[in-house]
Amino acid sequence: MQATSHQFKDNVKRAMGDAELQASLSKIKNGFVHKRAAAAAALPEFETLRDEARDIKNHVLGHLDIYLERFTAEVEARGGHVHWAPTAADARRIIIDLARDSGARTITKSKSMVTEEIALNDALEQVGIEPIETDLGEYIIQLAKEPPSHIIAPAIHKTKEQVAELFLRHHGRYGKTQRLTEPTDMVREAREVLRQKYLDADMGITGANFLVAETGSIILVTNEGNADLTLALPKRHVVVAGIEKLVPTLEDASTMLRVLARSATGQEFSSYTTLVTGPKRDGDLDGPDDFHIVLLDNGRSGMIGTEFQDMLRCIRCGACMNHCPVYNAVGGHAYGWVYPGPMGAVLTPALIGVDEAGHLPNASTFCGRCEQVCPVRIPLPRMMRAWRTREFERGLNPTGQRWGLGLWAWFARRPRAYRLLSRTGAAVLGRLGRGNGRFRRLPLAGGWTGVRDLPAPEGRSFVAAWKADGRPTAMPVSPTQGTTGSTKP
Amino acid sequence: MSADVEDKAGLPPRALQPVTVGLFATCLVDMFRPSVGFATARLLEAAGCRVVVPDAQTCCGQPAYNSGDRKDARALARDMIRLFEPFDYVVVPSGSCGGMISHHYPDLLRDDPDWGPRARRLAARCYELMAFLVDVRGMDAVTARLDATVTYHDSCSGLRELGVKAQPRRLLDSVEGLTLKELTGAEDCCGFGGTFCVKYPDISGRMVSNKVADIRATGADMLLAGDMGCLLNMAGRLKREGSTVQIRHVAEVLAGMTDTAPIGDTADTARRR
Ligand code: SF4
Repeated sequence: MQATSHQFKDNVKRAMGDAELQASLSKIKNGFVHKRAAAAAALPEFETLRDEARDIKNHVLGHLDIYLERFTAEVEARGGHVHWAPTAADARRIIIDLARDSGARTITKSKSMVTEEIALNDALEQVGIEPIETDLGEYIIQLAKEPPSHIIAPAIHKTKEQVAELFLRHHGRYGKTQRLTEPTDMVREAREVLRQKYLDADMGITGANFLVAETGSIILVTNEGNADLTLALPKRHVVVAGIEKLVPTLEDASTMLRVLARSATGQEFSSYTTLVTGPKRDGDLDGPDDFHIVLLDNGRSGMIGTEFQDMLRCIRCGACMNHCPVYNAVGGHAYGWVYPGPMGAVLTPALIGVDEAGHLPNASTFCGRCEQVCPVRIPLPRMMRAWRTREFERGLNPTGQRWGLGLWAWFARRPRAYRLLSRTGAAVLGRLGRGNGRFRRLPLAGGWTGVRDLPAPEGRSFVAAWKADGRPTAMPVSPTQGTTGSTKP
Repeated sequence: MSADVEDKAGLPPRALQPVTVGLFATCLVDMFRPSVGFATARLLEAAGCRVVVPDAQTCCGQPAYNSGDRKDARALARDMIRLFEPFDYVVVPSGSCGGMISHHYPDLLRDDPDWGPRARRLAARCYELMAFLVDVRGMDAVTARLDATVTYHDSCSGLRELGVKAQPRRLLDSVEGLTLKELTGAEDCCGFGGTFCVKYPDISGRMVSNKVADIRATGADMLLAGDMGCLLNMAGRLKREGSTVQIRHVAEVLAGMTDTAPIGDTADTARRR
């Protein structure tokens, strides 16, 4: 998809004015956030599991070459094929070749963020192949021709009225002409429409939540079971996955699964957890004849060994965005690319460049809730700060901002000049604000006073006032000597 | 992050051995709210500390650090270390600046063979005020009185970097006449975030409006918190909305120093409520 991250501020304005979006966002807190908290509280070993999950991912990232080789060998030993895609364009080409080779006209897809990342649907449509999203949320945004706004709930920005409207507009050709009001009816209708699509599809594309090196298996979790129909009914199953999805063993995968659903939706386990190991074997009742895995790099290996390596631990649970006050205020589309919220603020600059996505790591208060809930303990604020450092070093932040900061630092490094500044500032503002105790407007402070008053200073500088009171200011020669305990003021 | 910080246990035994504290007031307290500095000193003295305010103190360097300017941030960190390392402790009436010193200085100067260890040593002796009073000095009550219903906002850095949560509540519990009404979403960010609030005023404005709605819903007369940045932000929005809620730093109440005008009010505007 075409990134709009550079116009983040415009995106934010639009999002703020979108009443339906705001209504949808307000539901996150009582949904995902409360459910995660309850699930975490109900499992005594949850915190330990998070440590283990982090360690498993760190181990893999430290030995990625070994595990990639092992995984490839295991897939091939079971009759599957592994394709290596250094870039998004490579991945698209490989997939289109596979589709053409199987004569595919329609392809069913199970929700996959990585195929959003490589803009696969557009590429398929351009060559005359119809991709059909089968996850309900993803299906909805496909009808709306919109990108996802959340990595696990892609249509979270839509109200049910908007969904009803979409179905009314698009389902007429299947003989469904009634305006629905109940979510359950909408689910049923979508299911009926999709059922035939599953049967018609020539190829199925899924992502993967985990790639298991020891067995060459992929693991998929869904709540709708749509992945199972996507991969089992057509003749050919193509998996697209980032290389960071590897885990060494099935045992490790089970640890990851235990933190994934709890962090994502507050479920102990997703409704469907599917293990796929190679194509259908002789005697198997179902499964594809043909099994392919496209392993996507697309900038990931370049993060190894940098301060952004930890980001590759991400298991795409969405907890960081659910708990992010910025995401909750603006929604996912404002971030302007596939990955929103704190994980997007770190990953997007790595994948599409900090020149395009420079706003994202800046639009954070570093409140730290994302890191607090991340199941694999990714230090998201620290990495956003690392992006800011790179931007600063390359001179990418606005000149005014650089000047302001530079001036501030200049004073802060010169205590005498600084004292004069703080004393004068406090005195002048204190006097001006004496009438009300606050300012509604101040020159050069529009960023502050546009949305709130500025409380007036009391009028004195603390350090100056303390000194004027004759209280101790000099540094003692030896700090613990000559002190006699409490000195009441 | 905390792996960088030396074990705080090997220090003079908690409680009541007289110690000298270097008080770092923070730039916002220095400029906007000297009352908080004096209240902090009074509380520290009540906890048996000798308080010294090094007059060369300026700013901890957080604005530079969080804007990606490592060079200035390092220079300011070194100035601060030099200034405060002679004391037994450095205490800060702010979780955000306290976190800067105790978590981020060691990180910033990690690769510096001289300053790295000095940063770690200072970090191990640096405390946010509430944590210092309760966890280090064993204080569990104050002698103050305030007839008011208050609510309390947990500032992000204090809460998540330094674990400040129970300590202010424990002390507030001992203030005569005071009732604490817990705030829904007390741990939600208020939208200050240093330069964030002026770089992204739309988002910051939404966040602080949400916060203020929660504050007003408590029906409390007064809002308390432990960080001037958040207090200025929330006070600014409360006053913009015409709210009569009074705003103070928690230290002012605990030190019994509530005779000054609240933040964003004058003695007159506060009395007119
Ligand atoms: S960064 Fe952490 S919390 Fe966010 S999606 Fe990834 S794993 Fe989940």
